[in-house]
Amino acid sequence: MKRQWIQRLGFALLTLAALVVVAPILLVIGSVVVQGVGAISWEFLTTMPRSGMKEGGILPAIAGTLVLTLGTALAAIPVGVGGAIYLAEYARDTWLTRAIRLAIINLAGIPSVVYGLFGLGLFVLFLQLGTSIVAGSLTLAIMTLPVIISAAEEALRAVPVEFRTVSASLGGTRWQGIRHIVLPQALPGIITGVILGLLRAAGETAPIMFTVAAFYLPRVPTALSDETMALPYHLYVISTQVPGMPLSVQYGTALVLLMVILSLNLVATLMRGYFRRRRPW
Amino acid sequence: MAAPEIKIQIQNLTYAYDGKAALRDITLNVAANTVTVFFGPAGGGKTTLLRLINRLNDLLDGTAMQGQILLDGADIYAPGTDVAALRRRVGMVFALPLPLPGTIRDNVLYGPLRAGIRDRGRLDEILLRSLTQAALWDEVEDRLDRPANALSGGQQQRLCIARSLALGPEVLLLDEPTSGLDPISTGKVERSLRDLKEHYTIIIVPHSIQQAARLADDAAFFLMGELIEHGPGNELFTRPRDQRTEDYVTGRFG
Repeated sequence: MKRQWIQRLGFALLTLAALVVVAPILLVIGSVVVQGVGAISWEFLTTMPRSGMKEGGILPAIAGTLVLTLGTALAAIPVGVGGAIYLAEYARDTWLTRAIRLAIINLAGIPSVVYGLFGLGLFVLFLQLGTSIVAGSLTLAIMTLPVIISAAEEALRAVPVEFRTVSASLGGTRWQGIRHIVLPQALPGIITGVILGLLRAAGETAPIMFTVAAFYLPRVPTALSDETMALPYHLYVISTQVPGMPLSVQYGTALVLLMVILSLNLVATLMRGYFRRRRPW
Repeated sequence: MAAPEIKIQIQNLTYAYDGKAALRDITLNVAANTVTVFFGPAGGGKTTLLRLINRLNDLLDGTAMQGQILLDGADIYAPGTDVAALRRRVGMVFALPLPLPGTIRDNVLYGPLRAGIRDRGRLDEILLRSLTQAALWDEVEDRLDRPANALSGGQQQRLCIARSLALGPEVLLLDEPTSGLDPISTGKVERSLRDLKEHYTIIIVPHSIQQAARLADDAAFFLMGELIEHGPGNELFTRPRDQRTEDYVTGRFG
């Protein structure tokens, strides 16, 4: 009897813990939706900002964030997944690979503003890419790499080693085993890591502040060398740098940023589901 | 009668893994188109030797090998050997059937596709031949494009045999291929093995002495990394020369 009560108490506490996790997410999304939905209109989504950004739309910021996320994906996915394949499938356990792993773990803990300064130093100044979409995307990509590499390596290692042995025993080269057996099995896990990394990049302010983001630039970017506005930085600007900014515009911008990220997440989750179903089991 | 053709020569083979000796000075010839049985108590080095014959142990770190293994007189560990090609000549079936992800067809054609065979007619012919030789065709012909892991354990193991046969190998290595199977499935696998030796040289680690005796043309008894005795199966199992072989065969230990 007593044991049953302890068990019930335990379940109740665990349920409570789960609710505590979910509640802030719902509160954040809920308050942003409630206070921001009034600002959303076709004009808000598809026109340039006007009157010191207090009126008009945020199209350049939306376009900028989409372009930057795409650029980050193009730079980070091949390098990240390639690095993970090397670490999981080819690298032997030496002091060098252990150092590489340690570096990756530590990279994940570096504050994003440091990545921003690093991007400024390396891409903008030293490589003379200027404040540009290339420089911003590359900076975001470097910040994203540790997440992608760790998740992808984990996903690759989760594929039973026996599959590789069987592939080898059937005359497959190591690469053929990876290409035809290991990668398809690991793909959903890799995609999860890529999603997590890219979503973080899409919402970051600090790394793009010095490398690409424009304070006010009412046009959609057309070249990789362009500066561009971007949603997180725009939100930062109108929340802290522009006096007298209507609250509804701030929340409207936050809502759009949230929607962009959630819809990217949705697309990626659907992709993951698709590859998981295509996987024979 | 002419002396039987020698397919595999193992010469003074010593092998260590992680500093522990797994095989000590093994010398052994395997005749072509026979079933040779490697038997003995667990940890005797049978599986290790099997895996050395198609270089699967290349995948491991921390190993040391002396001596030679010759296939048709050529050293399979010679520098510049095409290991993938070697493994197509020397197929392997593992103790636990592990279908690759995918359909029955995917599994059988994995090896041929990786070898670069693209001709549909030829692939279909390989599919039919391999599954027939592994005594599985009749049970799966109408569901070749269904997931392979939906098959029963016995069917999966015959699929794994078919998968190896699809490579068109000359040698087939089998490591306790029936250890997870019921007696009826075991019977089917053994029957297909007896038919197969006409075309292939077969080395099998059996999962029981009885199975060893049923299948063996030749038998080799391994004990703690050493080859104790090697000879025709009917002699080894009825009047072994070495006391240790006799003790094991008659069930006094093991």
